[in-house]
Amino acid sequence: MELFNIFLKSAFIENMVLSYFLGMCSFLAVSKTVKTALGLGSAVIFVLGITIPINWVLNEFLLTERGIFKTDLTFLRFILFISTIAAMVQLVEMVVEKLSPSLYNALGIFLPLITVNCAILGSALFMVAREYNLAESTVFGLGGGVGWFLAVVALAAIREKIKYSHVPPALRGLGMAFILTGLMGIAFMSLMGINPAELMAASGK
Amino acid sequence: MKQKLLQFFSKIEPDKKKSPFLHTLYDGFFTFAFTPNHVTQSGAHLRDGMDLKRTMVFVVLALQLCYLFGTYNIGHQHFAALGQYVGFLEGVHLKLVYGLIKLLPIFVVTHVVGLGIEFYYASKKGHAIEEGFLVSGALIPLIMPPDIPLLILALSVAFAVIVGKEAFGGTGMNILNIALLARVFVFFAYPGQISGDEVWIAGIEKVNGTYIGQAYGGIYHFFDWIFNGLGWKTFGAGGAAVVDGYTGATPMALASKGGWEAVTQVYSPSQMFWGAIPGSVGETSKPLIIIGALLLIVTGIASWRIMVSMVLGMIFTGLLLNGWGTTPFMQVPWYYHFSMGSFLFAMAFMATDPVTAASTNVGKWIYGFLIGVIGLIVRVLNPAYPEGWMLAILFMNVFAPLIDNAVVQANIKRRKLQAKPAAVEA
Repeated sequence: MELFNIFLKSAFIENMVLSYFLGMCSFLAVSKTVKTALGLGSAVIFVLGITIPINWVLNEFLLTERGIFKTDLTFLRFILFISTIAAMVQLVEMVVEKLSPSLYNALGIFLPLITVNCAILGSALFMVAREYNLAESTVFGLGGGVGWFLAVVALAAIREKIKYSHVPPALRGLGMAFILTGLMGIAFMSLMGINPAELMAASGK
Repeated sequence: MKQKLLQFFSKIEPDKKKSPFLHTLYDGFFTFAFTPNHVTQSGAHLRDGMDLKRTMVFVVLALQLCYLFGTYNIGHQHFAALGQYVGFLEGVHLKLVYGLIKLLPIFVVTHVVGLGIEFYYASKKGHAIEEGFLVSGALIPLIMPPDIPLLILALSVAFAVIVGKEAFGGTGMNILNIALLARVFVFFAYPGQISGDEVWIAGIEKVNGTYIGQAYGGIYHFFDWIFNGLGWKTFGAGGAAVVDGYTGATPMALASKGGWEAVTQVYSPSQMFWGAIPGSVGETSKPLIIIGALLLIVTGIASWRIMVSMVLGMIFTGLLLNGWGTTPFMQVPWYYHFSMGSFLFAMAFMATDPVTAASTNVGKWIYGFLIGVIGLIVRVLNPAYPEGWMLAILFMNVFAPLIDNAVVQANIKRRKLQAKPAAVEA
């Protein structure tokens, strides 16, 4: 139940893009069509789901004082996390290129750029800051990925729709995407403030 | 007669080149009054004489009953809080005038700001005025608390119209509901003015920890002068103390603290059904909203699919929460949720907005159902917000294009599968 709470919280209530505004660069750039958004969204779920547990293990067994070196190496955290993420993204890239060359071409430079997608590094750092255990971090990573996926796909669907609108020329493209992101953030605020853990605790009594 | 009138108007038409703004203004009012001048004649037809304007006027018509009752209810709640004219039909003239004095400025400010921006953009872009603001302008006063400061109202309307609509290219192209965007702007930008227990009854102030009625000045003296002449009761000086035990809490606020029992201690179910309770101007009276909703369904303007699925979604979630039932609010029987808060108003007039809702039929079922589910979850489970429909509808507005997209894609896939065997046979 605790895991389910963390999933809900990271996917909807504390959405990576719409409440922390992390991972904006690929969020804005790849949301032009639903198809590429679906592709990149799935890639982000996959990368988050894999890198977060790996990073957790590395952090726990290499960097902290409980780890094999018995010294506090947490100052290496950023560099270690980023290189894990980069390696994983490389793997995803190879898989996507093999399985779906058309998606690979459509994603272009943004697939390698997942490496520097701050939603992914951000989740890894949140995981450390919130002191999640291995299972919790995995669920947290997956939830964050699902939230990112939903947001990017919804934005892509809206952007496909407003292609037919008379948007003022100055706002076409990125300008509109920024305004939309803000408006979607307002809409997502509906769920902010719900605390699943508290509700569960209440039902325990 | 009509010909003469038309001649007169063509005479006063401002020159388009010399004064584009005036021309746009003139054009707007002219088309509003006189076009289309053809009506549906006979036979089967795909298109009838209804244009966008007439469609919108129907929605505004459907809201009129809510306006009438809302105006009266502002006055009724004010006097009831002060313990004067407690019966619903006592002091009718005072309540009506009081309600008008409160509601009219809200209505005027909404329209002046909203239409002003609309006119400005129309003349700037050089197209005819779009009638899109008619409905938003009629809805906004109904969903605001009666005591809202006018400057805040003007700001929120300007935000909603510029960012929510004009940025997207005008009427019919917005993604989020304009009226709700205005409401949500006030809600997040000025939380003190729109949430809490104290704001839903007009003309009550908190002075040194006790509530008193505001003093009547200016315009009220003018009406007192008239009422005196007629020999009717007058407003007087004001400043009376409120009745003992007054809290001004809405049923929602009571329910979140003490469940259904706490609500019924203050408001009877029939009172909540007929609408003599504090709340936003238009949301309180359920039968009148249902009449408006029926009018919209019969004329084919609002989608019954969205309304039905939204009710289903709410019943479903209500039953689940009843089954879970750990806080008093969760134990409120699902059928009472219809009579509290703004569920019916949101269902009839907000969720069915054809621009921002899903446009495929399957999509409408999904869209409505999810609004019902999310709205009740926010209402009951989210302690941060007293009511959930506004935010639930905005939330689903964001996902409506995605739902449509998925439905269309699924359709294409199914048709392809159906087409394949046929191709093999051939």
